[in-house]
Amino acid sequence: MDMAVSNQQKSGRIHPHKFTLWVAMGSIVMMFAGLTSAYVVRRSQANWLEFSLPNIFIASTIVILFSSLTIHLALKSFKAREMQRYRTLIAITAFLGVLFAVLQFIGFTDLHKQGVQLFGQGSNPSASFLGIITGLHVLHVIGGVIALLVIFFGAFFSKTKIYSPTSLEIVATYWHFVDILWIYLFVFFTWIR
Amino acid sequence: MSNEAVLHTGTGEVIHDTHHDGHHDHHQSFISKYVFSQDHKMIAKQFLITGMVWAVLGGLMSVLFRLQLGYPDQSFPILETVLGKHWAPGGHISPEAYYALVTTHGTVLVFFVLTAGLSGTFANFLIPLQVGARDMASPFLNMLSYWFFFAASVVMLSSIFVQTGPFSGGWTAYPPLSALRDASPGSKTGMDLWLIAMALFVVSSLLGGLNYISTILNMRTKGMSMTRLPLTIWALFFTAILGVLSFPVLLSGFILLIFDRNFGTSFYLSDIFLTSTNKALPNEGGSAILYQHLFWFLGHPEVYIIILPSMGLVSEIMSTNARKPIFGYIAMVGSLFAIAVLAFLVWAHHMFVTGLNPFLGSVFVLLTLLIAVPSAIKVFNWLTTLWRGNIRFTPGMLFSIGFVSMFISGGLTGIWLGNSALDVHLHDTYFIIAHFHIVMGVASMFGMFAGIYHWYPKMYGRYMNNTLGYVHFWITIAGAYLIFWPMHYEGLAGMPRRYYDYSIWESFKQFIDLNRFISTVALIVFAAQFLFLFNFFYSIWKGRKLRTPNPWDSNTLEWTTPIHAGHGNWPGEIPEVHRWAYDYGKDGKDFIPQNVPVGADESQH
Ligand code: HEM
Ligand SMILES: [Cu+2]
Repeated sequence: MDMAVSNQQKSGRIHPHKFTLWVAMGSIVMMFAGLTSAYVVRRSQANWLEFSLPNIFIASTIVILFSSLTIHLALKSFKAREMQRYRTLIAITAFLGVLFAVLQFIGFTDLHKQGVQLFGQGSNPSASFLGIITGLHVLHVIGGVIALLVIFFGAFFSKTKIYSPTSLEIVATYWHFVDILWIYLFVFFTWIR
Repeated sequence: MSNEAVLHTGTGEVIHDTHHDGHHDHHQSFISKYVFSQDHKMIAKQFLITGMVWAVLGGLMSVLFRLQLGYPDQSFPILETVLGKHWAPGGHISPEAYYALVTTHGTVLVFFVLTAGLSGTFANFLIPLQVGARDMASPFLNMLSYWFFFAASVVMLSSIFVQTGPFSGGWTAYPPLSALRDASPGSKTGMDLWLIAMALFVVSSLLGGLNYISTILNMRTKGMSMTRLPLTIWALFFTAILGVLSFPVLLSGFILLIFDRNFGTSFYLSDIFLTSTNKALPNEGGSAILYQHLFWFLGHPEVYIIILPSMGLVSEIMSTNARKPIFGYIAMVGSLFAIAVLAFLVWAHHMFVTGLNPFLGSVFVLLTLLIAVPSAIKVFNWLTTLWRGNIRFTPGMLFSIGFVSMFISGGLTGIWLGNSALDVHLHDTYFIIAHFHIVMGVASMFGMFAGIYHWYPKMYGRYMNNTLGYVHFWITIAGAYLIFWPMHYEGLAGMPRRYYDYSIWESFKQFIDLNRFISTVALIVFAAQFLFLFNFFYSIWKGRKLRTPNPWDSNTLEWTTPIHAGHGNWPGEIPEVHRWAYDYGKDGKDFIPQNVPVGADESQH
């Protein structure tokens, strides 16, 4: 049996699950802060390979920015009960999330073709860092896609109609978060090198 | 009533147990009540019992390696029988087994006992009860947190049974021992399992911490403002914040380590020469120091994750049993906050001898010594709370006083170590072992014992036996000082930590007898813990029954619940809070619980 605790709150108080998400985002930020600081520390030492970011990362940046817009609109249509529009927008958002992951992967294949090896013998930490940091970020995006699909299809199987936008709001907030996180990483990798 | 949490099932049916007097439990199956329970009180007990199992195993490991240190020449045939020919040939613990034992002892005690066992137990048990909530913000995540910990435990336990043995490079898992499979037997499968277990553990801590923070901030009952929170909750709150912010960084460090181990990257590895393969590594330019930064950025907050909950428990128990308000409530909260902030700024004091830039080193010396200020404030407040108190010497109270004693003794040596000039000599000697076992290991364990003795009646509706508690306390505190105090002298004389046999070193031969003495006491103290274990389990079924819901005449909300509270904690409405938690001996009244409205004739506080 699944039990949940709901809160009859004073208006203006944040929903506990939303709050939990904010703390979790703080936690994820620390993880990436740890990795990028390690990057900075390691970069100042010898034997550091310089190479430029794959151009396709610009495309993926546009894709993920655009997906933030679509999920925002999806949330709006959900609240307005325009369900047809809502479904389309969710589908587009999920698709863009997957597209982002694919583009990142293509970027790495490009690097590989230029002879920049990410892992394995002969790899340079500079490339390995890029691979691990962006790879972890892609995992977080995919986590968002899964969460999106879960609430989307969950609605079909639920016996009662769901009017509360809370879970959608939570996923949307997370989605914007991974978007901003990527912008940070993109700026970091472009400027710091 | 405004933010009263209500339990309801997924279908939306409300099981508001108003009329059941907390007995709706028998509608639940065994599985949902005892195994996959979402009741925070049951999850707390699961953490506690799992932690206790680990404490026994971890303690036993220390007894085994102390046998080696105290009696290096003696053969114990029983060891060969128990550990097998491979690990204890001829009744002597082999060097590999010794290092495996030391490493697993450290990992298990730091993470599984004093982090999960301590925070997991008391955060789960006390947060909803003391803030006045029916359960955690997300009981489901809370349940997951336990099961991730359980999975971590299973993996860690299994690493003891693999052929090449568990990881044996120390609880800090520095590369290259942790990064190179060929470095030692334990660096092979044992290290893989260690990493998996620790990753699961980090997930468990994060899930738990998220829940604790959001419960404390969002689920407090009416009238429970932040400044009316008991100090236990404040301490658990800062603990959770430290964990949520520092464990992810440890995870990043581990991820890089996993790539170095398995995918040929060079974050931590460089072209070092291996005697086992007679070749240099193909890696280039990695640095083990990078790992140390990432590890200690967690590692130092981690030691405060271990001590803060105990500080909270002790503050609460002391005030209750001294029948006096805690001295300097706001200063107590402020110093917890200061410690939590400073905890993130001092990690490099573990790295004074890594070739750290001396200027940077002196910054870290300053920041490290600053921690002494909030620590001293806390000690001062505890002592003033005791001063002229009407003290009830319950076992919980004795362990709380013992905690303060240990914290003072170990804190003082911290000030020695915080000076980099002294640390150059003391680093990696037995002085460090003495320092952190007293200030962290024993102190925190004392906080945990205090908490168990004190809240046992709330957990099981029965008392533990007092006499056994007293015997347990006196043997443990005397033993702890006898074990760890002499180690300071060994450390000052330069005796390094983590050696297998000191009797073959001319400089350390003088300590043969002392080491034997320490080992003997360790054995006795370990045996004395069975008094506690017996007391704990015997009392669950046979202990004296509670007749009043508030056995210690305490003010906090958990004692307003029925003796056997069901899931949801209060049968009726959640009580409203009208005052802070420390109205002891006020206006001629012995105590005034938090849910009692402020009377017209009452003086202000
Ligand atoms: C006044 C407060 C304290 C100061 C100034 C202090 C300072 C230090 C320093 C400088 C070291 C590094 C020594 C070395 O490796 O050379 C150290 C080690 C350690 N301290 Fe403290 N400490 C203090 C309190 C604490 C507390 C409260 C705890 C735990 C609750 C703690 C736990 C540890 C541990 C676990 C280690 C050793 C870790 C290892 O190398 O395995 N310390 N301390
Ligand atoms: Cu430290």
